[in-house]
Amino acid sequence: MSGVRLLVGTRKGAFILTSDAKRANWDISGPHFAGWEMYHLKGSPADPNRLYASQSTGWFGQLIQRSDDGGKTWEPVGNKFAYEGNPGTHMWYDGTPHPWKFARVWHLEPSLTDPDTVYGGVEDAALFRSTDGGKNWEELAGLRTHSSGPSWNPGAGGMCLHTIILDPKHRDRMFVAISAAGAFRSDDAGKTWKPINRGLKSEGIPNPNAEVGHCVHRIAMHKSRPEVLFMQKHWDVMRSDDSGDSWKEVSGNLPTDFGFPIDVHAHDPETIYVVPIKSDSEHFPIDGKLRVYRSKSGGNEWEPLTKGLPQRDCYVNVLRDAMSVDSLDSCGIYFGTTGGQVYASADAGDNWTPIVHNLPAVLSVEAQTLA
Amino acid sequence: MIRVLLPAHLKTLARVRGEVQVDVAGRPTIVSVLDAIEASYPMLQGTIRDQVTQERRPFVRFFACEEDYSLEPVDTALPDAVAKGTEPFLIVGAMAGG
Repeated sequence: MSGVRLLVGTRKGAFILTSDAKRANWDISGPHFAGWEMYHLKGSPADPNRLYASQSTGWFGQLIQRSDDGGKTWEPVGNKFAYEGNPGTHMWYDGTPHPWKFARVWHLEPSLTDPDTVYGGVEDAALFRSTDGGKNWEELAGLRTHSSGPSWNPGAGGMCLHTIILDPKHRDRMFVAISAAGAFRSDDAGKTWKPINRGLKSEGIPNPNAEVGHCVHRIAMHKSRPEVLFMQKHWDVMRSDDSGDSWKEVSGNLPTDFGFPIDVHAHDPETIYVVPIKSDSEHFPIDGKLRVYRSKSGGNEWEPLTKGLPQRDCYVNVLRDAMSVDSLDSCGIYFGTTGGQVYASADAGDNWTPIVHNLPAVLSVEAQTLA
Repeated sequence: MIRVLLPAHLKTLARVRGEVQVDVAGRPTIVSVLDAIEASYPMLQGTIRDQVTQERRPFVRFFACEEDYSLEPVDTALPDAVAKGTEPFLIVGAMAGG
């Protein structure tokens, strides 16, 4: 019987939420890796029972965990993330050179076709790949050693590579995003990279053609139309129809265009979702009303989705990897909050229900649709 | 035989309870004990000291016989009581943060 499995990473452990296709009743297991920060967990599209998880603390560093049975059991695999060669420096907050130093893995992106291949986006920004199920990691150094690398600087959360998108039609094409360097595309399986930030406008960057320096928060793509990308930038919701070569703003009637997550409906590539947040200095919804905004026109025209979401006294945030969709006939959409709630909608956002109320702060949510 | 007491998170990770015991050839030092721990429990590689630089993690401390060995050179010999197994080598997650 079909169903959904949600992989939820939090500040103090991981949780696995499962339901049948009705998505009305959920079983909750966890905390897995209790007490550890779980930045991201994700399953292999080629083998849904193969899961990867990023586990870290400030005390004991980074671990990568792997499950081969859908999260029932886990095995620590490789955690040696060594930059290739002498990593040199990037730019620090004050404009001075700062040595590149590994801090943690923000995002894990399993290959679309091979369960043993997985990509890791790390802080300080770099892209790593494992082809043996996470045991060994090699840097795809062409990204970090791009000529613009020494001028990259961190966003407020660190200089993290947080978004990795694998193109399902062009096998050698992938996209990444880095705070606060911007978006990059490779057309040769990660050997070389091109900044794709033309059209982004950021306060504080006077040059409208600046190659890097933009605080991209997340990018989303629909698998049927990989040349179209949607971006939630620090401020502004953006759209590209040419694989990132150019961007245009589609914030339209949003009440604020600051936010972190953005996602695409599983069956309608023009339907997208964001969670507007008041501002970069006030990371909570406007007026204490938690509202997801949906556009059915690929941007510009947005409607608030409120049924089942708190409409008063709500001051949580929704982080960049904390929204996901399933691919059942009626598309399910899910998000987690820094207040520890995970909300679900089984009807593409029209109605919402909290699955769980009191988890630690949610860092990531990934939905797996199970056959 | 060297007795080692791990912090709770690392005991969970190594799937052990209580103390662990490792063998070290010759006079035990900080680094030889750490090497022996990581050889017996490979999942602990990178958790006590950085995988690449081999430097002690900032919030991990080493104690033996009520003395702090955290800032000593890694080839510092450990006390006789640790070498004889009458006292443990303590790896402690420092109290910091909230």
